[in-house]
Amino acid sequence: MTAVNVPDKPKINYLNCDKTIKSWLLTLDHKRIGIMYLISTLTAFFIGGMLAEVIRTQLLVPKGLIFHATKHMSSFAAYKHYNQVFTLHGIIMVFMVLIPIIVASLGNLVIPLLLGAKDVAFPRLNLMSFYLYVAGAAMAIISTIAGAVDTGWTFYTPFSIQSETYVCWMVGGIVLIGFSSIFTGINFIVTIHKMRPPGMTWFRMPLFLWGIYATSIIQVAATPVIGVTLLLLILERTMHIGFFNAALGGSPVLFQDFFWFYSHPAVYIMILPAMAIISEIVPTFSRKHIFGYEFIAFSSLAIALIGFLVWGHHMFVNGQSAELDTIFSLLTFLVAVPSAVKVFNWLATMYKGAIKLDTPMLYALSFIILFTVGGLTGVVLGCIAEDVVLHDTYFVVGHFHYVMFGGTIIAFLGGLHYWWPKFTGKMYNETMGRITCVLLFIGVNVTFFPQLIVGAEGMPRRYASYLPQYQPYMIASTVGAYIQLVAFLMMAGYLLHSIFRGKKAPDNPWGGATLEWTTASPPSHYNFDDTPLVIEDCYDYSNVKYDESIGGYVRTDVPPKTEPATPPEMTPAHT
Amino acid sequence: MSEALQVAANPEVVKKHLAHHFDTMQQQFDAGKLGMWLFLSTEVLLFSGLFCAYGVYRALHPQIFQFAGEYLDPISGLINTLILLTSGFTMALGVRFAHTGNRKGLSICLILTMLGGFGFLGIHGYEYFAKYRARLLWGTNYHPSVGPDHQKLLPPAGLLKPLARPAPVEVAPWHNLKILKKQGFNVAHSSLTPAPVGPAGIVAKLKRKAPIGPYSQPNNVQIFFGAYFLMTGLHSIHVIIGIILMLWLLIRNIRGDFGPSYFAPVEFVGLYWGIVDMVWMFLFPLLYLAH
Repeated sequence: MTAVNVPDKPKINYLNCDKTIKSWLLTLDHKRIGIMYLISTLTAFFIGGMLAEVIRTQLLVPKGLIFHATKHMSSFAAYKHYNQVFTLHGIIMVFMVLIPIIVASLGNLVIPLLLGAKDVAFPRLNLMSFYLYVAGAAMAIISTIAGAVDTGWTFYTPFSIQSETYVCWMVGGIVLIGFSSIFTGINFIVTIHKMRPPGMTWFRMPLFLWGIYATSIIQVAATPVIGVTLLLLILERTMHIGFFNAALGGSPVLFQDFFWFYSHPAVYIMILPAMAIISEIVPTFSRKHIFGYEFIAFSSLAIALIGFLVWGHHMFVNGQSAELDTIFSLLTFLVAVPSAVKVFNWLATMYKGAIKLDTPMLYALSFIILFTVGGLTGVVLGCIAEDVVLHDTYFVVGHFHYVMFGGTIIAFLGGLHYWWPKFTGKMYNETMGRITCVLLFIGVNVTFFPQLIVGAEGMPRRYASYLPQYQPYMIASTVGAYIQLVAFLMMAGYLLHSIFRGKKAPDNPWGGATLEWTTASPPSHYNFDDTPLVIEDCYDYSNVKYDESIGGYVRTDVPPKTEPATPPEMTPAHT
Repeated sequence: MSEALQVAANPEVVKKHLAHHFDTMQQQFDAGKLGMWLFLSTEVLLFSGLFCAYGVYRALHPQIFQFAGEYLDPISGLINTLILLTSGFTMALGVRFAHTGNRKGLSICLILTMLGGFGFLGIHGYEYFAKYRARLLWGTNYHPSVGPDHQKLLPPAGLLKPLARPAPVEVAPWHNLKILKKQGFNVAHSSLTPAPVGPAGIVAKLKRKAPIGPYSQPNNVQIFFGAYFLMTGLHSIHVIIGIILMLWLLIRNIRGDFGPSYFAPVEFVGLYWGIVDMVWMFLFPLLYLAH
């Protein structure tokens, strides 16, 4: 351990400094926690994705290919299994994948690196939030084995009170995952406030940090409400407390209000870090300064704030007053403005830039296109008159998959490919990366665009069977889902290949100007040998030049450095 | 925050308590304090969900709160309020003693605060027990007529006169499911019919000391007791956690951990105790003075 920072042994890094299993499971190192989050969320993503393939296969034929009436089973009993499958798909994807996949895994991996810090502010809290996530996932698995939930991921009362499945275990697991999310949010807010290196003012921060900061605010401010709501749901089922049960004088609509008060801001927990990644990738691969830095920074905060005031647009058709509908509709349109500001700023950044179409940039371009489709269909749904028609149809399914898959997951994959050389120290096969990205882009569109059409034609969501006239669209959508599966298998192949056989990555393979590219790939246990001093702009690429001999970029100026106040060896707080 | 409180520099303490990723004790303290404030804001939001539900039901069914509020004892509530306020003072004093390095004073303050917490829980437990004896409980468990102490717990004569001798069955608008099942009814949880809102004009009738008939209890009184047990229960859990934290501080203080250059844990538990106090300051009028 003492040899970590000795400069003449550069091969010792955070991955190989201590190889015991205990050193991983009890680590307080943000990078290792990030890797563990990455593995956990990707496992959850695999399970959720497989459930999606089951759903799409079921919908190949109008009566249902997998779950349908047989000699031994009524169609009612068979379709209940379909309900369980789509519920699990929704719960896993929303609570275990989309919310932590960027913030907790990539955020943990790179936030202290972007800040030039040795760790996040509260490393123990960080490990605790990881284990809360694991415990929550374990409870969800228990619930699934004992009797998988069939309520839909929204747990609407009164059905979630009456359902005979293991709702309490599932909801309890989500409460734990919620606490994990709160602690991650607190950790990152404090890290960004208190751990910035000398010279890094708020407006010299990389935009990724602005995005994460806005996300963390939502996590801290919205998640407690879902916590108390789901706790009330548990009490409702176990103690019949009657808050959400009309039979006991309660109000089911109150549950919906509470639920969406969290769950609408939660979609911004998912999309803001995605936008934050794009704001890093686009300038780096355009070799051009980001356009409108302050606008991008403040639009993140604007999205976070307005996002709290739009939850009523999920409830246009459940008896909300017309005045409230109008206000929520207006605020919903408003939230589209800062989102569009970001899109225009990325486009303006690319304009007249020297664009390199490497894999991360291809993902960023896919994101911009897919997110625009998803965002615009969201505006369509924000119109009250249209929402009354389209509510609970496949149009809604298509819309949020464009935003969540085409937005969050595509941006996550962009970030994963962007920082992969940094935290694994290996380069993946660039050609395979590009082919896979294009294939995935095609797959996403083939899957979800037909859903927009079939929804506009009136096909309701969550049905296990459908009218024969919708079949062509459903087949197209299923083919798209299979294309995505192939793309993901290819990706798993070349990424795993890179870990074992990949070329060694240079410190700065893409020519980024932010701090994480100034340290080694993979970084040492303490990230930086000296606390960096930030005086230059982190989007100024004029001094970052390609060096043929190392296959990566180097800074032509020598950035000034400061000596650390205490050498890291003096205070070895963790291993 | 950072201007207000300076952490004294002390190389011994730095060696012992400074985590490797912070540069100075001051930075570590400021980071911890910001984190604690953020955590406390999530606590407030946790309770605010319940306050929100309270507000919704109070606006929808004011008659329930007017009626059921009579069953809570404002005197115990007031005593508890005073106890918590006093313990808040001793805690703040303890934090001050930690700043100045008065170990003995800190220990005494922590013990006093813990005693306050126990006193609060004791009185609260007694109230819970009385409610339980009278079956003034939440949801389907609300069934005063089967409670052994039903008659004793009724408001003093003169306050709600005719209610002092109600016919037991009519007082309970919702039968305990278990009892119904014992009687051979096949009831599922959801088979209860939706409840109507209380009869018109009942609010006016329930004005204090106004005579009301024996059957004028509003429907869905259990909503109030649901809110009461939920909100005070969640608060009591926080009090218990606070007492455990103070025990931990006390052990560390006796060990001699705290001084002018390291007092962060005392400071943070002090903040936490402040929030616990503050939540109660809202709970007391909303519940005990609801009528």
